[in-house]
Amino acid sequence: MMIITGIVYEALPFLLQGAVTTISLVVSALFFGFIIGLPLAIGQVYGCLWVKKIINIYVWFFRGLPVLVLLFLFYYGLFSITGLNISAFLSAVLVLGLRSAAYQSQIFRGSIQSISEGQLMAASALGMNKLKAVWNIILPQALRLSIPGWSNEYPAMLTESSITYAIGVTEVLTRGSFIASRTYQPMPIYLTCAVIFLFLSYLGLKMLHILEIKFKIPGFE
Amino acid sequence: MEQNKELILEIKDIHKSYNGKAVLKGISFNVFKGETKVIIGPSGMGKSTLLRCINQLTVPDKGSVWLKGQEITHRDAKNINKLRQKIGFVFQDFNLFDHLTAVGNVEIALIKVKGMKKQEARNKAIFELKKVGLEKQASLYPAELSGGQKQRVSIARAFAMEPEIMLFDEPTSALDPELIGEVLSVMKELANEGVTMIVVSHEMGFAQTVADEILFLDGGKLLEAGPPEKIFCEPKYKRTKKFLSTLNELYGNVEGNKR
Amino acid sequence: MVNPDFIINILAPSLLEGLQMTIKLIMYSAPTGLGIGIIIASGRVYGNWLLSRFCRLYIVFFRGTPLLIQLFILYYGFPTIGISFSPFTAATLGFILCSSAYHAEYIRGAIQSIKSGQILAAQSLGMSKMSAIVNIVLPQALRRAAPGCSNEIIYLIKYTSLAFMVTCIELTGAGKIVASRYFEYTAVFLAVGAIYLVMVSAATHIFHNLERKFAIPGIE
Ligand SMILES: Nc1ncnc2c1ncn2[C@@H]1O[C@H](COP(=O)(O)OP(=O)(O)OP(=O)(O)O)[C@@H](O)[C@H]1O
Ligand SMILES: [Mg+2]
Repeated sequence: MMIITGIVYEALPFLLQGAVTTISLVVSALFFGFIIGLPLAIGQVYGCLWVKKIINIYVWFFRGLPVLVLLFLFYYGLFSITGLNISAFLSAVLVLGLRSAAYQSQIFRGSIQSISEGQLMAASALGMNKLKAVWNIILPQALRLSIPGWSNEYPAMLTESSITYAIGVTEVLTRGSFIASRTYQPMPIYLTCAVIFLFLSYLGLKMLHILEIKFKIPGFE
Repeated sequence: MEQNKELILEIKDIHKSYNGKAVLKGISFNVFKGETKVIIGPSGMGKSTLLRCINQLTVPDKGSVWLKGQEITHRDAKNINKLRQKIGFVFQDFNLFDHLTAVGNVEIALIKVKGMKKQEARNKAIFELKKVGLEKQASLYPAELSGGQKQRVSIARAFAMEPEIMLFDEPTSALDPELIGEVLSVMKELANEGVTMIVVSHEMGFAQTVADEILFLDGGKLLEAGPPEKIFCEPKYKRTKKFLSTLNELYGNVEGNKR
Repeated sequence: MVNPDFIINILAPSLLEGLQMTIKLIMYSAPTGLGIGIIIASGRVYGNWLLSRFCRLYIVFFRGTPLLIQLFILYYGFPTIGISFSPFTAATLGFILCSSAYHAEYIRGAIQSIKSGQILAAQSLGMSKMSAIVNIVLPQALRRAAPGCSNEIIYLIKYTSLAFMVTCIELTGAGKIVASRYFEYTAVFLAVGAIYLVMVSAATHIFHNLERKFAIPGIE
C-alpha cells in the first residue's frame, strides 16, 4: 500500500503536466470546432442547395468515422502526404476540431431553426438586410439557446481527447501508460488518470455553468 | 377634402395566390397623409397577406405599391430595405426580439439600419418608450412584459424609425381583453397626432372613433369601402351586413357603440 | 495509384476478418449495454438511498472517464490483482460498462419526465410498484429515450475501434497492421472509414425506422 501511494505521489506531477496538454488540446479543438461549426450551421440553414449538400456530406463524414480512424487517416495519411511536418499535437487539434465542428454545427443549426420566423420578419420590416438580421437578431439568440447543448461537447471532447494516445500526443493517458509500463503498477496509475479526468470534467462543467448564468436572459431557459 | 392632401400610399391591383389558390384578386386603394384606414373582413381572407404585400414581406404576384410616388414593388433586396424603414409594421404576435430589452428592441434598428450613434439612439428609444408609457420598463426583457406592454414596445419600435405610414396587423387580437385598451389608446393618440395608418382590426369601437374609411375585404376583393357611419348603418351588400352582425354577436352591439 | 492486387489479395481479406470481429464486439456489447442501462436507470430513480447512490456513482464514473482508460484498467490493471481477461473479453466488458452508463442517463431523464400520475393510476388499478414500473413507466420511458439510446449504440459502433488499443484486432486494427506493413495509410483508412460509414448509416436508418414503427402519438 505504502509503495503504491509513493508511486502515485511521484507520478502525479508528471501526469498533471499531461493534464495541461489535455486541456490545451480540448480548448483549442473546441475553439477550432466553433470557428468552423458556426458558419457550417448558418450555411445549412440559409445557404443555397449545393452549399447545404456539401455541408451535409461534411457532417455525415466526420460524424460517421471513429476518432481513431480519423486520427490515423489524417496523421499518418493525409497530413504526411502534404510533406508539411505537422506535429501529433497539431494533428490532434485539427482532427478533433474538424470533427467537433460537425457536431457543433448540428447544435447551432437546431437553435437557429428553433427561433421563430417572426423574428426575421420583424427585422426585415425594420429595414434590416438578411445579413444584419442574422448577425444582430438570430445569432445572439441562437448562441444563447446553444449553451446547454454546447456544454455537452466539453465532456465529450475531454474523454475523446485521450484517444490521441494512439498517435503519441503526450496527454494524461499517454504519460500514464508510460509510467504504468515502467513501474508495473497499472492499476493505481490508470485510476489516478481516471480521477484527473473526472476532476477536469467537473471543473469545466462548473465553468460552463457560470457562463450560462452570466448570459442568462429572461425567456431563454 | 382628400384631393388637397398629399398622397402617401398607392396600392394598384394587387394579386396573390398560394399554391394555386387565389387569396387576393386585385386590390386597389389610396392612402392620404394623416388618414386612418381600417380593414375588416372574415378570417383567412387575406388581410395579413395584403399588409405584408405592402412592405414586401410577401411579394405579390401582380400589381404594384407606391410610397410617395416611389415604386416599392419590383425592387432588389438592397432598395427594399431602404423603403421598409419608411413603413412601420406592428405584428399580431409582437415579434419582439427576445434577446433584447425593451429599449434594446427600439434602438437596434436605429443603430444598425439608420446608423445612429448609440447615445443618440438610446435617447430616441427612451423618448419613444415614454410616449407609449413604458419608460419604467425600458430595461425589462420581453419575457418580463405583459402582452399589452409588449405590443406597446413593438409600436414604439416601429414608430422610432419615423415611418411615413404605420401598418397594424390585428394588434390587439393576441391580447387578454383587459389589456386591449392600453394598446388602442396608444394607437388613437397616434391617429390624433396625424400619423398615417392602415389598421387591420375588428375593434369596432376603435374603428368608429378613428377610422376615416373602413375597407371590407371579402373573397379576395375590397367588397365595400366608406366612412364608418355608412358601413355600419347602411352597408351596400348583404355580405357586409352579415359579417357586421357576426361581429356584433362577438363584440357587442356596433350601433350601440356609436358616438 | 493503389495497386488493385493489393486491394483484392491483401487489404480486402484482412479488413473482412477485422470486420467480423467488429460485428462480434457490437453484437455482444450493444444489447447487454442497453439492458444494464435500463437496470441502472431504474435503480437510480426507484432504488433505496444506497442503491440510488451506487447507480449515480456508476453513471458518473463511466461517463466521466475516457473509455480508453476503462479498457486499460480492465486489460492491464486487473491482471495485477489476479483477474485476467482476454483482449476480446476486456473490450466487450469495457463497452458494456461504458455504454450502459450512457443509456442509463438517457433512460433516467425519460423516466423522470413521465408524470407521477401514471404510476398512481397503475397502483390504483391494483398493480404493484414494480409491475407499474415495468408495464407502464418503462414502455413510455424507453420510447422517449429511444433517440438518445440509438445514438449511443451508433457511438458504440465507432468506439469498438478502441478494442485495437487492447490488442483485440478488429476492423481498425486490421487496417492499421496492413497500413503500416505496406505503408498505405491514406488508402487503407479511407477504406476502413467507408466501412464504418456504411455501418453507421445503416444503423441510423434501422433505428429511425424502429423508432417510427414503435411510435405512439403524444409520446416523443
Ligand atoms: N405563407 C403562406 N403559405 C401558404 N398559404 C398562406 C401563407 N400565408 C397565408 N396563406 C393562406 O392565405 C390565406 C389568407 O391568409 P391571411 O393570413 O392573409 O388571412 P387573414 O385575413 O389575415 O386571416 P386572420 O384573420 O386569420 O389573420 C389563408 O387561407 C392562408 O392559409
Ligand atoms: Mg391575419
